[in-house]
Amino acid sequence: MSKVTVHGIYDDDEQLKNGAIKIVGMGLHVKEVFSPFPVHGIDPIIGVKRTLLPITSFIYGCTGALLATWMMWYMMISDWPTEIGGKPNFTYLVNWPAFIPITFESTVLCAAHGMAITFFIRSWLMPGVTPKNPDLRTTDNKFLMLLEVNQDDLGRVQSALKETGASEVNVQ
Amino acid sequence: MNQTFTFTDKAKRFCYVLMGIGLVGLIWGYVRDSYVPGEMPNYSHNRFWANLLVNSFFFMGISLAGTFFLALQYAAEAGWSITIKRVIEAVTCFLPIGLGLMLLILVLGKFGVHHLYQWMNPAVYEKGNAAYDPEIVHKKGYFSLAFFFGRTLMYIMVWGFFQRLFRKRSLEADLSGDSNYLVHFKNVRSAAIFLVFFGFTSSAMSWDWLMSLDVHWASTMYGWYTFAGMWISAIITITILTIWLRGQGYLQDVQQSTIHDLGKWMFAVSFLWSYLYFMQFMLIWYTNVPEEVTYFYDRIHEFGYRWTMWLAFAINFSFPMVMLMSRDAKRNKSFLLFVGSCIFFFHWLDVFNMVMPATVHQHWQLFRPTEVFMFLGFLGLFLFVVLSNLAKAPLMVKNHPYLEESKHLHT
Repeated sequence: MSKVTVHGIYDDDEQLKNGAIKIVGMGLHVKEVFSPFPVHGIDPIIGVKRTLLPITSFIYGCTGALLATWMMWYMMISDWPTEIGGKPNFTYLVNWPAFIPITFESTVLCAAHGMAITFFIRSWLMPGVTPKNPDLRTTDNKFLMLLEVNQDDLGRVQSALKETGASEVNVQ
Repeated sequence: MNQTFTFTDKAKRFCYVLMGIGLVGLIWGYVRDSYVPGEMPNYSHNRFWANLLVNSFFFMGISLAGTFFLALQYAAEAGWSITIKRVIEAVTCFLPIGLGLMLLILVLGKFGVHHLYQWMNPAVYEKGNAAYDPEIVHKKGYFSLAFFFGRTLMYIMVWGFFQRLFRKRSLEADLSGDSNYLVHFKNVRSAAIFLVFFGFTSSAMSWDWLMSLDVHWASTMYGWYTFAGMWISAIITITILTIWLRGQGYLQDVQQSTIHDLGKWMFAVSFLWSYLYFMQFMLIWYTNVPEEVTYFYDRIHEFGYRWTMWLAFAINFSFPMVMLMSRDAKRNKSFLLFVGSCIFFFHWLDVFNMVMPATVHQHWQLFRPTEVFMFLGFLGLFLFVVLSNLAKAPLMVKNHPYLEESKHLHT
């Protein structure tokens, strides 16, 4: 049976959420939602799983801390022991307070950049890619619900979208 | 749903028992602390008075930072916290008593009843006297009677005034059916003024009331560090009270997301405190200037506070970091209660570390009736005042512009 793509376009995020609850309640799957800003609470309704991004951030952070530790140990202790301000040199542990700020900075740098780059790659956002956005108005003031439904369901989907306040329903 | 908190006889009895223990601790502490160690001139029940100062400051700080936090919610026109606004207000209601106790300690010091503040001793300004101290003479103007007590009275009166004002207008807004929320927006403007005033005076207060105990030493990080300690203690108190009230069947409008937000605050302010604590230490350790290192040298090497110093830092930093990092932990009330109650005591220990080395030097004790009973007594008094004020007003505000938003908070 052939599938058709339906765009339900809303003017308000609360109406969009109610629409999504109704569609999911009918046993159908909402493929994607496009909105000008993050809509709080839409994820559990349309069944988006929690992202693993925080865990990658933790791993990048640990990497940053280790890199900084290794860098400072190599530069200040191993390769060219340096005495600054009369502090005991030739040892990392006795001097540990001096190394904390750089470890901290490096952790933040790696966690933040790693997380941002991972996000861009994972969602394929970079210069030159074709936008996945089906309707440009969702970057301005419209909320779009993307559905793929069977021909048989088309009628009741259209009426459900209209009932919950969709301003337009486009079928392709 | 029950919208008014009832201060049950059982809870009242619990507070009375704690206060009774505290009274025993006060008398016991005063009587037992009568010896005069040879190396400390002017020792007059210093350990007793220092304990009184630690507890007065710690609990005053909770309600003061609570007032700051409330003003912050007004000024930022925050929506998330409206369902717990009455809990924050109840915490601020201890402020007049806490400030009164601090004023009492300072005035008694000036009259020579205790000798916690070295600069209050008139002998240090007399040339030829054995106690003469040219370093303190340099600061004579700053510590003069009119300037010092003028400042102190100004902080106390202005903070107390704003605390009463916020509370009074909040109750007023409940009764008025005004749909333009005029009373609320009056509070928003007052909160902005209070925050500016608080920004300057909270630092100055920490120099005057705590840093001047180590009168030869100064640190520009101290004001922020003291403020962060007060703030995190206030957040913990608000979180624990909210979770307890929900467990008792009150505050059912408080969302899981509100608890999550409180967890985020606990995590974030713990980091602020740890950052300031460590940076104060590291800069002093690194530059190694004799006048600056005295503070840490006394504590870590001279008077045997090494373990209390490092333990307070380690627990207050690592517990929230490890245990509250994940989203699920911040939404789990057992995690919040465990981490919150642990770091509550260790932030008390932090105030202990600020006050004790400067006042009783090496003659300190931690697990003795004086310390434990006086802390419990103050805790009882604090809980009694907070819970009575909680019972005086409905638990949920009415007629607030962001009430609906807060009841449907979703993060």
